[in-house]
Amino acid sequence: MDHTGIGRRGALKAAAGIAAGLAAPAVHAQGAVSLRYVGTAVNQHQGIKDKVKEDLGITLDYIPVTSDDVVRRAVTQPNSFDILDSEYWMLKKIIPSGNLVGMDAKRIKRADEITSVFLKGEVGGRKIGGQGTAPWKVLYLPAASAKSFAPSQTEYLTLIPTTYNADTLGIRPDKIGRPIGSWAELLNPEFKGRASILNIPSIGIMDAAMVVEATGQHKYADKGNMTKAEIDLTMKVLTEAKRAGQFRAFWKDFNESVNLMASGETVIQSMWSPAVTKVRSMGVPCVYQPLKEGYRAWAAGFGLPKTLSGRKLDAAYEFINWFLSGWAGAFLNRQGYYSAVLSTAKANMQPYEWDFWMEGKPAAQDIKAPDGTVMEKAGAVRDGGSFEARMGAVACWNAVMDENDYMVRKWNEFIAA
Amino acid sequence: MSSSRPDPVRPEPVTMAEGRGGASLASPEAVLEAGAVAAPAAAPAPVLAAAPPPRRAWAPLLQAAPLWLVLLLFFVFPLLATGVVSLWNYTEYSLVPDITRRNYVEMFEGCGNLSDGLCTTFRTYLSTLRLCGMVWAITLLLGFTVAYFLCFHIRSDGVRMALFLLCTAPFLTSNVIRMISWIPLLGREGVVNHALLAMRLVDQPQDWLLFSEFSVVLAFVHLYTLFVVVPVFNSMMRIDHRLLEAARDAGASAWQTIWHVVVPLAKPGLVIGSIFVIVLVMGDFVTIGVMGGQQIASVGKVIQVQMSYLQFPAAAAQAMVLLALVLVIIAVMTKLVDIRREL
Repeated sequence: MDHTGIGRRGALKAAAGIAAGLAAPAVHAQGAVSLRYVGTAVNQHQGIKDKVKEDLGITLDYIPVTSDDVVRRAVTQPNSFDILDSEYWMLKKIIPSGNLVGMDAKRIKRADEITSVFLKGEVGGRKIGGQGTAPWKVLYLPAASAKSFAPSQTEYLTLIPTTYNADTLGIRPDKIGRPIGSWAELLNPEFKGRASILNIPSIGIMDAAMVVEATGQHKYADKGNMTKAEIDLTMKVLTEAKRAGQFRAFWKDFNESVNLMASGETVIQSMWSPAVTKVRSMGVPCVYQPLKEGYRAWAAGFGLPKTLSGRKLDAAYEFINWFLSGWAGAFLNRQGYYSAVLSTAKANMQPYEWDFWMEGKPAAQDIKAPDGTVMEKAGAVRDGGSFEARMGAVACWNAVMDENDYMVRKWNEFIAA
Repeated sequence: MSSSRPDPVRPEPVTMAEGRGGASLASPEAVLEAGAVAAPAAAPAPVLAAAPPPRRAWAPLLQAAPLWLVLLLFFVFPLLATGVVSLWNYTEYSLVPDITRRNYVEMFEGCGNLSDGLCTTFRTYLSTLRLCGMVWAITLLLGFTVAYFLCFHIRSDGVRMALFLLCTAPFLTSNVIRMISWIPLLGREGVVNHALLAMRLVDQPQDWLLFSEFSVVLAFVHLYTLFVVVPVFNSMMRIDHRLLEAARDAGASAWQTIWHVVVPLAKPGLVIGSIFVIVLVMGDFVTIGVMGGQQIASVGKVIQVQMSYLQFPAAAAQAMVLLALVLVIIAVMTKLVDIRREL
């Protein structure tokens, strides 16, 4: 099957090459385009890069940076990238700088097919929790060069969604030995010296807020936009836990979280879905535990810098359209993320893969990573179940607060405590 | 230039440099100027009269110009920029040129009120200084011991050089790798804990080994001891062995010889090593972050967090305060020991 695929693809490519050579010699003479792609390493896979080169002839230059650096780059060095892979919450800082251009919905072929999670804030007809910077609040701009968001649908999109997910706590069931069902367990003294959270203030404080609410100490109007008093309260709870020795360490990147969990330094911590999968593929039991208070969600997408023009701009749109056309979506779905246009991703996945990752059904056969290692044995069920069950239980979204400055100062205070 | 020690002209430029607060960065040009001035002064009078005075004035300046230019571009200018930005205001996504005390005021907010403990800034500086003090004391002791062993206990020059090179061998791998490789050793299920448990020295894994002040200090000592060994070794190699013999002949014990002869003569090396260690530790955020499990406060970490939230002016203000503190420490040390005369 592979063989004929390559043969057909080769023939198509040759035909396309001849056609391009005849129809547009000018473009052909310009040679290959490369796009500088700034983002967190989440979506920057070699597999995607190779496939883009093969399908479109576009070279992606990956520039992996931390979440904080994505914002810093976008605001301070808008000429240093051609395509920005940003999270939606970052837009509250980036859009006012005027460095991103609203993307023309007419040039995005599948703009209407993007999942209802983004377009309407609902999944399976049910409303999703919208605390924090929910993507549907910052999806549109009133004009291409606007510096503030549009309240309703327009022709200009801030970002074209790529991936999103619902985050929760990762646990080591073998070391805990009892069911975990609430965010409150993160600060349970039973796990003293064996818990961890992220040292990324804007995300860490949301996890802390989930704990505060779960223990009944306070009910936030919006966990993603706290008042100063609420920030004080949340940081006080965290500080007390830190002083009591609750935390083993804080983590800042993906691999740190994997190492903490796999080595047994921690048994309960905030985590990202693929990190749990990675721990599990190392042969260490680890569960991405659904909790009754719900998930903290995030979403990322592609944005374009205002300065992009000509051939590079065309190539960027071409790449984004390709990204939504299925292959990349399937690639990301297989890692435990969710893709923006589900129908095309489904067409690129085997039925048993779709059933496991998206429908929450037991795996009909071994689930393998792109490199062939077995991630889940046949019969396993995805933690948290189906797409609708997981995304439907989202309580809040990663956010930038109005009192962000104050929050960062309080966070530094917490680290010093 | 060190060969001009008996030169009677020397003491003057030395005191001149002391008057500048002994900033180590200023010394190279000071030496250059001093040399340039000293040379014609030492020449016989008739030649002096014959030479055209203007040429004498600008030639040495021109010679020193490249260094000045480099320092101006890469040291003075960025420093001034940091100082200026520390007075700016900022919002979520932009810097606002301004003259405001906001960054300094916010930094020391609540520091006047000691009733509910120290303020964040003081606590952070205290934590950084404590780590710095511990690392300094240990690296100094270790560095001195290693250098002493190499200098006075190894007879053959060949073996000495071989051992000295051996000391630098770990530097063939990256800083980060040497630091991170401690983690699997010290972890809860790491090699050290397994060994302790197997030998029945402890009955449960020891958590203080990793993500603690202990692991931070350990990593720092591992990383920076060589920075003390090298200058101290250099100072010690210049000590005339006859002085040690004289001390012994005069009836001094081994400890007395070390304390009254070796230490005073090795002081410049000790001070230079100390400056390296203190400057490196005070500004660090990576080692403290990784080995301390991100839970230990350091000034470098605060600056890093502020930078990542685009609070450049706040970070600049923090950097200015840190710089001032480090400069004071170095100034005190160079007052105690005149490095330049000893080199």
